[in-house]
Amino acid sequence: MADTVTTPRSFQEIILRLQAYWAKHGCAILQPYDMEVGAGTFHPATTLRSLGSQPWAAAYVQPSRRPTDGRYGENPNRLQHYYQYQVLIKPSPPDLQALYLGSLEAIGVDMALHDIRFVEDDWESPTLGAWGLGWEVWCDGMEVSQFTYFQQVGGHDCTPVSGELTYGLERLAMYVLGVDHVMDMPFNDPSAPIPLRYGDVFKQTEEEYARWNFDVANTDVLLRHFEEAEAECLAILAVDHDDPKTGKRIVMAHPAYDQCIKASHIFNLLDARGVISVTERQAYIGRVRALAKQCADAFVQTRAAGWQPDAVA
Amino acid sequence: MMPDLLIELFSEEIPARMQARAAQDLKKLVTDGLVDAGLTYGSAAAFSTPRRLTLAIGDLLAASPTTKEERKGPRADAPQKAIDGFLRGAGLQFDQLERRETPKGDVFFAVIEKPGQPAADIVAKVLEDAIRNFPWPKSMRWGSGSLRWVRPLHSILCVLSDEAGLASVVPLEVDGIVAGDVTFGHRFHAPAPLRVTGFEDYAAKLRRAFVCLDAAERADAIWNDACNQAFASGLEVIEDKALLTEVAGLVEWPVVLMGRIDAAFLDLPAEVLQTSMKEHQKFFSVRNVTTGRIERFITVANRETADQGATILAGNQKVLAARLADAKFFWENDLRVASGAAGMQTWVDTLKAVTFHNKLGTQADLIDRMAQMAAVLAPQLGADAALSEQAARLAKADLSSEMVYEFPELQGIMGGYYARAAGLPEAVAQAAPEHYAPLGPSDAVPHAPISVVVALAEKIDKLTGFWAIDEKPTGSKDPFALRRAALGVIRLLIENDLSLDLDAALSAAAAIVGPRGDAGTLAQPSDILGFIHDRLKVYLRDQGLRHDIIDACLGSGGQGDLAVLVKRARALEAVLRTEDGENLIQGFRRANNILAQAEQKDGVEYSFGADPKFAETEAERALFAALEQAGAEIKPAIAAQDFGRAVAAMAALRAPVDGFFDAVQVNAENAAVRRNRLNLLSQIRSTCGLVADLSRIEG
Repeated sequence: MADTVTTPRSFQEIILRLQAYWAKHGCAILQPYDMEVGAGTFHPATTLRSLGSQPWAAAYVQPSRRPTDGRYGENPNRLQHYYQYQVLIKPSPPDLQALYLGSLEAIGVDMALHDIRFVEDDWESPTLGAWGLGWEVWCDGMEVSQFTYFQQVGGHDCTPVSGELTYGLERLAMYVLGVDHVMDMPFNDPSAPIPLRYGDVFKQTEEEYARWNFDVANTDVLLRHFEEAEAECLAILAVDHDDPKTGKRIVMAHPAYDQCIKASHIFNLLDARGVISVTERQAYIGRVRALAKQCADAFVQTRAAGWQPDAVA
Repeated sequence: MMPDLLIELFSEEIPARMQARAAQDLKKLVTDGLVDAGLTYGSAAAFSTPRRLTLAIGDLLAASPTTKEERKGPRADAPQKAIDGFLRGAGLQFDQLERRETPKGDVFFAVIEKPGQPAADIVAKVLEDAIRNFPWPKSMRWGSGSLRWVRPLHSILCVLSDEAGLASVVPLEVDGIVAGDVTFGHRFHAPAPLRVTGFEDYAAKLRRAFVCLDAAERADAIWNDACNQAFASGLEVIEDKALLTEVAGLVEWPVVLMGRIDAAFLDLPAEVLQTSMKEHQKFFSVRNVTTGRIERFITVANRETADQGATILAGNQKVLAARLADAKFFWENDLRVASGAAGMQTWVDTLKAVTFHNKLGTQADLIDRMAQMAAVLAPQLGADAALSEQAARLAKADLSSEMVYEFPELQGIMGGYYARAAGLPEAVAQAAPEHYAPLGPSDAVPHAPISVVVALAEKIDKLTGFWAIDEKPTGSKDPFALRRAALGVIRLLIENDLSLDLDAALSAAAAIVGPRGDAGTLAQPSDILGFIHDRLKVYLRDQGLRHDIIDACLGSGGQGDLAVLVKRARALEAVLRTEDGENLIQGFRRANNILAQAEQKDGVEYSFGADPKFAETEAERALFAALEQAGAEIKPAIAAQDFGRAVAAMAALRAPVDGFFDAVQVNAENAAVRRNRLNLLSQIRSTCGLVADLSRIEG
């Protein structure tokens, strides 16, 4: 056990320590994906890179949006916009649990005082056509991470299997920093010349988005955007792999997948507006899943997934 | 001393709900495999913790016994080709064959001896098969491997101790995992490897390494400690066996901690506190013995700490506060809706978008049918019709509330709270939770008239609806729990002693549900009633009432009213226990048999009514008089539902019937006398038939 670990003083210090820890353990430290997503899993560095035979190791922060979780910044730990820390290693190393526990120590969780538990939680993303087995990791009864061995993504079996770690950063940080309400959490160092709390950064935006998500978002426009994203995704995937301009084979898996991400987020917004009935809900999820599957089909035909020209008839 | 075998499969955390079953599966797979290979054993015990499945087998054979197989070959004078073929098949040389005399001449026999296999070889194969074919409800792959286990399998311990007590590792490798004699202690307290020689050594070393191997022992320790801590504070733990089993499967070294619920949340409904704590946190609820209010919780940690769990408890309390803040948010939002201008109707309106069943419409349609049905039933059951209808319209409103969305198991319970908050009559509020009842054979039955009406309306609609779309239960398949609905109808009526014409009620329901399904058919009330009668027989059999008695009562009309049917059956059962009743059955059978034979022989039905003027003996005249009197008594008694009097009047026929058979020869020479006596027997049948069809009584 690292005996020199000090308790971090701010939200950002925890993020920085996680970045340093996973960099030290060989992950490529990526940046957040530049689109609205519901979770770090949607980042192509996880969804697409978990497919195919090529080894992969990446870690990154992903701002995530869950419109239905908005509480106007009043709930101590429920937010419509929050940060996830995401690690994906393929193939999953045999000591992944130990590595994970090491990351908790790195951010100041004293294993001798806390109760860490791996509680069954099978992960399934109906919109991504993905599932895996693993746990919620509990620290003193608080879910601080999701730990998943991916079995299938976009309808494709994962071989090799990726190990995915997802940390709910605000909750974890609140716990480590001993803060009861997320808005009170120090964002930067409390002794900085201009100390900022989480609420200074996000209280107002939580209010604004909660109001927009729940009551104002124009559902007609959203519905149209959904249709457009879906159509564009399918249109991109229908284009011939061989680019007439460059003469190269260019499968546009990522641009198509962007449209899938967009459709998924718009669906979440529509859901928060309460305009999707239970029966329609399944149909929408099915439409997004169909996109995700076709994007996965496209990705496995790219070099990043281990595709080789001569391996194809 | 015979060899002992110790197996441990050490993995990442096994889901709590799968552990006990997995330990038993391991035991079965391994012991069956050993026995099939000829290795018998004295004892076998399986254990599970979150990270390991363990099997200890005692008194195993050191090797499987040598077996001899005898094969009959060709005759000694058979062509050489045949003999060569036989030798090849048996894998023997010519001089190894035995030549024996048989009645068919001399024949060659091959005696093939298979030497026994050492236990280690058999164990290795059996264990590998068990690992590769383990029946996990869900399994996975990891890394680059192809082996499947519930979570990544890290090590295999497989130690066989021989007669001398010397332990050795069984050589075995499964997908790169090489079996050894090493295990590991508690993940945090004692993670170092432990080398073990046998089960006792293993269990003792694990205990020192903060692992309690036996799930039952962990559960007992948790429960005792939880109760003691609660008791010391004048409180009591609310028992929850399923939760206890689950929690015992989450820890290797249980440490029980009791914490407080923040005062801000103590006013949430007890059901909300208990459900939230159980579902999200796996906490036990601890209540104040006098007020019944839930004030504290018990959580179970997986380790000891230097601060006696203070940090862990503080963390758990904080998590709970956040959870309950959410519950409070739902509760307050819901209360705002319920007590708003449109009230709970707001929720009913949203249910227009929620499908109940694609052939039976939305939840709002269902509610509408329930309300119509309640209006039909209420006057017949002595309940206020307007209140019943209102209660039916609101009983399922909470399905759209935020709390029930979060905790589906609180359906109905929340509806009751919200109806009270909306200032609705208590009977309406009460019907929300109670209309789902009874949920099974032992669940309490509501008694409040409005609740009973709505509960019946819900179940009758359900039966009628699914009958209309031809989704009846078949065999073990009953996806819509229609047997439970039928049992609900039965218990609601009988345990409340309510008289209801189910024939009429089911016809009304069929009209309300209307034509459904692809064929657009109406539900057949008689079919549903038959189904209910079948369930009634099961229900009464469980209460010790014979099915043939029910059949006998069903055979004499008035089947639509279950309460009346049961009263009749109970009265009949009581009288059949008496000597008169028993003998009457004998007499009835005799009469019935003679009559049936005569009717068959003569090809006529003797039901014209006998004439006393042809009576020749005193016994005959006495029976005439008795039948007349019995008929006169039974009819009004049945009409008044006084079945005690009716069966007593019937039983009173015993003496005259016996007297008749003692004194009278039915098949008299005189045809007119014979015919008259047969008609008299027929009158016994018809008079008894006023009470029940005694021909259905068995034994």
